[in-house]
Amino acid sequence: MDLSLDETQQMLKNTAKDFFATECPETHVREMENDKDGYNKQLWEKIVNQGWLGVPFNEKYGGFGLTFLEFCILLEEAGRVLLPEPLFHAVLLGGMPINIFGNEKQKDELLPKIISGESIATLAFHEEDDSILPSSIQCQASMSTNGYTISGTKMFVPFANISDMIITIARTGDKDTDLSAFIIPSTAEGVSISELSTISSDKQSVINLDNVQIPATNMLGQKNKGWELVEQIFSFAAIGKSCEMLGASEKVLEGTVEYAKTRTQFGRPIGTFGEIQRHCSEMATIVEGTRFVIYEAAWKLAQNKTADKEVSMAKSWTSDSHKKVCAISHQVHGGIGFTKEHWVQLYSRRAKAAEIAFGDGNYHREKLSKLLGL
Amino acid sequence: MRFAFTEEEDNFRDEVRKFLKSELPNNWDGVAGNNLEEGASDKEWDFALEMRKKLADKGWLTMAWPNEYGGQNASMMKQVIFAEEMTLARAPGRDGFGIRMLAPTLMIHGTEDQKTQYLPDIAKGNVQWCQGYSEPESGSDLASLQTRAVEDGDDFVINGTKVWTSSAHRADKMFIMVRTNPEAPKHRGISFLLIDDMKSEGIKVNPIIDMAGRHNFNMVTFDNVRVPKKNLVGELNRGWYVGATLLDFERSGVEYSSRCMALLTELIEFATTNKRGGKYISEDPNITKEITEIYTEINVSRGMSYKIADMQSNGEVPNKESSMSKLFGTILEQKVAALGMQILGMYSQLGPESKHNKLKGKIEQEFLSTVSATIAAGTSEIQRGIIATRGLGLPKP
Repeated sequence: MDLSLDETQQMLKNTAKDFFATECPETHVREMENDKDGYNKQLWEKIVNQGWLGVPFNEKYGGFGLTFLEFCILLEEAGRVLLPEPLFHAVLLGGMPINIFGNEKQKDELLPKIISGESIATLAFHEEDDSILPSSIQCQASMSTNGYTISGTKMFVPFANISDMIITIARTGDKDTDLSAFIIPSTAEGVSISELSTISSDKQSVINLDNVQIPATNMLGQKNKGWELVEQIFSFAAIGKSCEMLGASEKVLEGTVEYAKTRTQFGRPIGTFGEIQRHCSEMATIVEGTRFVIYEAAWKLAQNKTADKEVSMAKSWTSDSHKKVCAISHQVHGGIGFTKEHWVQLYSRRAKAAEIAFGDGNYHREKLSKLLGL
Repeated sequence: MRFAFTEEEDNFRDEVRKFLKSELPNNWDGVAGNNLEEGASDKEWDFALEMRKKLADKGWLTMAWPNEYGGQNASMMKQVIFAEEMTLARAPGRDGFGIRMLAPTLMIHGTEDQKTQYLPDIAKGNVQWCQGYSEPESGSDLASLQTRAVEDGDDFVINGTKVWTSSAHRADKMFIMVRTNPEAPKHRGISFLLIDDMKSEGIKVNPIIDMAGRHNFNMVTFDNVRVPKKNLVGELNRGWYVGATLLDFERSGVEYSSRCMALLTELIEFATTNKRGGKYISEDPNITKEITEIYTEINVSRGMSYKIADMQSNGEVPNKESSMSKLFGTILEQKVAALGMQILGMYSQLGPESKHNKLKGKIEQEFLSTVSATIAAGTSEIQRGIIATRGLGLPKP
């Protein structure tokens, strides 16, 4: 048991922390909320040049040859500053499925593009029935002479607006779990993308697929094994999202404590009041507890160990804990935190989005209860 | 980063498990209200002492001690594993007062004579110590304590009252904080003394029965009790700081999570094999939700403890981390007990003495006895204050 970062990890963390502190100030986050693309190309290029899109991928594709764990360390730092750029998506929803489920040809061709930022891929899972179940997938992929014809509607697809590849989960058989994954170029005929306006001002889209023709070689992984892909990628994504929330929680805690030290009422700093101290110690304790559950799961996933329980514990705990940290922060800040110009609301709006992404608390508790034999 | 134990650590865990399996009676499930490891009845106490001697023979009692005092200088993780296994098995015999509190204090502040006189007996599990800290008028504000010790020839003469003294009625000896200078600021007029014989003239131990009906606490009165000056630990009037060292040893706390896991495991077993209204109790969605939440929180609590052990392994001194672990872990103990009550339904009212009880009436005992979890050894409010001021740097109220 060793909870400390090794030298590489520590260096990565320090570099990322400094980089994001300089490159992603609050003004940038606010600017991107209203940006057409939702990210800044110059900053994205700088992130790509750091090599961070290749952190968990093999050197032969241009990656760093590190693991998912190291990428989680990056995400924690990205989460701290609410990085709008699609670091999470490009790696976990685009690169990861290809790296794990792609054949050699797909990996050789696509991973270098993803790592070098030439291409961005995303994952289209959700549909009108937004539950995370095989049965909620109605999107149909039918065999045609040259491959597959895909029709249906995908919802809540992150960064579809800027992705050139949409990894789409579609039905290929009659059984609930007869699902397959397909790489659909976003420029393909029949693909139409319309953006949603979300609580966290991020970029999610509805994708309409109208008889989209793709070659059979665009299938990612084996036929009818698409649900396995979803489960694995959602595990990585749930932990990645938890890491972002952890970083954000830490920032919210720091900022709130700072405010409690400086805001004066009744002639003294509000941080001297018992109720405020109670709020702050509660936040600190929650944040302290969060780190271990997340990194235990991250480590196990990175080591290819079974981590189903750990993933569900981490995501259910963090979904709720981060939301709570933000709620307490609002309470300590009083009226000012309720204003658009204050930084807390940037965090609390995203906390809600992160909570429900890749399974909320109830979803993961339900999973955990099955694993516990309940 | 590595979230796994070494092979050596795994082997050690196995060894402890095997030992406990062979030494504990079949189907052993702990003493009533398992947050009281030594047990309350005479029979439980005798068994605890028997186990303590065996643990001493194994060298496990003193594993954390430095080699020069006959210990093994065991790694923090090995200590954590030992604590986890003992608590998971609900095995009695560990010695909080002697081994974990007084001995380290003597190693740091004691004279050579004191070390030679006291440490070997503690190491062998031969002696039971108790702790004379709290007083009727000094609870959370411990430094305001008023029990007086006056110098008289070669002795101190003690007068006053100590309260919540766990196991005082079983103890051979007591370490005590007394006021030796009433004029000085409150933290600077306290001394740390060793009382060699709880049967000394002038000491009276009065039982306090807790709300679970058990006798663990006592009120101890001192009427001109004489203690030789050589029994002063550290400097005169520096006892607060001597005592503070000791408190630092008390708060790492992996026991919270393993104690909760032992009980939750039992509750899951019960809920999945017993029916109410034609359905297994575990099928009730409210129960399912609570079980999974608590299971997760136990893991969070375990992580907080591992973090503390990890810090100590790296030579860092945990401070707010210990308070967080205690705060979170003790609230969790109450939650598990409350969940148990919910699972047992109407039967949750029945204690160990009822012939109709379920799970031997243990849950009722647990529910009642864990009321003290968030109070003893520094209340939750005190812990929150430490986190806020020492940990987060908020100004003192």
